[in-house]
Amino acid sequence: MTTLVIAEHDNSELQASTYNTIAAASQLEGETVVLVAGHDCQSVADQAAKAEGVDKVLLAQAEFLEHLLAEDVEKAVMAQEGDYSHILAPASTFGKNMMPRIAALLDVQQISDIISVESADTFKRPVYAGNAIATVKSNDSKKVITVRSTAFDALSTEGGSAEIETVSAGSHTELSNYVGEELTESERPDLGTANVVVSGGRGMGNGENFEMLETLADKLGAAVGASRAAVDAGFVPNDYQVGQTGKIVAPELYIAVGISGAIQHLAGMKDSKVIVAINKDEEAPIFQVADYGLVEDLFKAVPELIEAL
Amino acid sequence: MKILVAIKRVIDANVKVRVKPDNSGVETANVKMSMNPFCEIAVEEAVRLKEQGVASEIVAVSIGNQQCQETLRTALALGADKAVLVKTDDDLEPLAVAKTLQKVVEQEEPQMVLLGKQSIDGDNNQTGQMLAALLGWGQGTFASKVDMEEGKTQVTREIDGGLQTIELKLPAVITTDLRLNEPRFASLPNIMKAKRKPLDEIALADLGVDTANRTETLSVENPPERSEGIKVETVAELVDKLKNEAKVI
Repeated sequence: MTTLVIAEHDNSELQASTYNTIAAASQLEGETVVLVAGHDCQSVADQAAKAEGVDKVLLAQAEFLEHLLAEDVEKAVMAQEGDYSHILAPASTFGKNMMPRIAALLDVQQISDIISVESADTFKRPVYAGNAIATVKSNDSKKVITVRSTAFDALSTEGGSAEIETVSAGSHTELSNYVGEELTESERPDLGTANVVVSGGRGMGNGENFEMLETLADKLGAAVGASRAAVDAGFVPNDYQVGQTGKIVAPELYIAVGISGAIQHLAGMKDSKVIVAINKDEEAPIFQVADYGLVEDLFKAVPELIEAL
Repeated sequence: MKILVAIKRVIDANVKVRVKPDNSGVETANVKMSMNPFCEIAVEEAVRLKEQGVASEIVAVSIGNQQCQETLRTALALGADKAVLVKTDDDLEPLAVAKTLQKVVEQEEPQMVLLGKQSIDGDNNQTGQMLAALLGWGQGTFASKVDMEEGKTQVTREIDGGLQTIELKLPAVITTDLRLNEPRFASLPNIMKAKRKPLDEIALADLGVDTANRTETLSVENPPERSEGIKVETVAELVDKLKNEAKVI
């Protein structure tokens, strides 16, 4: 049994989600091989080779792989000659975009967003916005899987000494071409991996009021998130969204401010260790999952909280 | 240009699902069903492309039991021209759905297939990508903006760090994200008109697709319950609890 992990990276750094995926791979018996496909990304391969639990690194470089477009990554993965029993990638937008293509070409039913490895062919995954947990057994000869990063603790990023082998990068399909990117710049920790997350909802009223949450986040070393209502109202960019269709987070502390707690939002945060809710409506569903609830106007409570920290 | 829109009938997004006592699945009897919210967005986008003069015909397709007709009628009321129901009582996995859609695409020959990015029941987020791969087409997943040009399309995608724009050769598969548009409601006259629009039925068995399940669901359980929380009276009390009881700050 050999597992191939498809690395997520930005051509200079291995993303944290890849380390979580390697951790999931190491729960399967056999070797773990990491494929780094990209452009000018030797440093990423070096990082992968040092990671605990990695037995071998494959490096596939080509200019057309720079932006990791699904059609091209698919070709790079399919060009690998090894016989892999499992192919894993993080359930990030990168993994979700590319992996089902590979599954379809291998004629395999992918298992999405696993939260545990029960055995080499049986996995748990949430369905219905996390309101049910399904235990699924795959009868395919190869298992194609995406991994929920927050469900697997990363192993050490140091100590490994895997060999790096240069492999074929496949060929450019020209079905799609990269045009541009608009990335949200932030000095704060990444929402997906932060230990503390402060999120705002419709109750924030407008985008300027989010500055208050940013001040609170800075005091706590936290990332800032949002509910769909706050994103749709234009208070913050889309990639702040926590929920079934946004990011799934599971920090030590999640502070929900002015968020009612719709099913779709809870799906993205209810595995947080400690949940705090600040809402003036004491009937808000968020209080049903909150460890500590404060019924108070957020415009009074948040400044007080900033003051108290 | 002809557009094919794939839609799915699912448990309504506002229903709190209940796990069956025997852990074989979730309760679906007597539960409100609706069109998957992402599919509504896909239908809306197709209708807008038709209104812009880009699309000439919209074909809505659904795979499932007889009741999926209702969902297809909704799509027709929203502006689709024709509907195709691939009839089966089996619950198909995304790979089987993608293979079935591939057959429908081969029959209908659209220039674009629009799907939702995921269905809110299975939360798989696979079908569009699988279909694109099987057809050998490019894909624009998690689309929040679609611009048409001669022979190609520019798609802005919602990615983890922000937005990415790509250019796709047509034909292509596009899956919709929440921000793509605000779906309209079907008006009563349009609901009446939709009853007269063509709705073809095909038996899944006639398409000759291997739709056998590759996975077995061994059990479906409730997620672990959180222990009951407490209400605090003041910010000072909250800070004290977080510091001394929960020890998270």
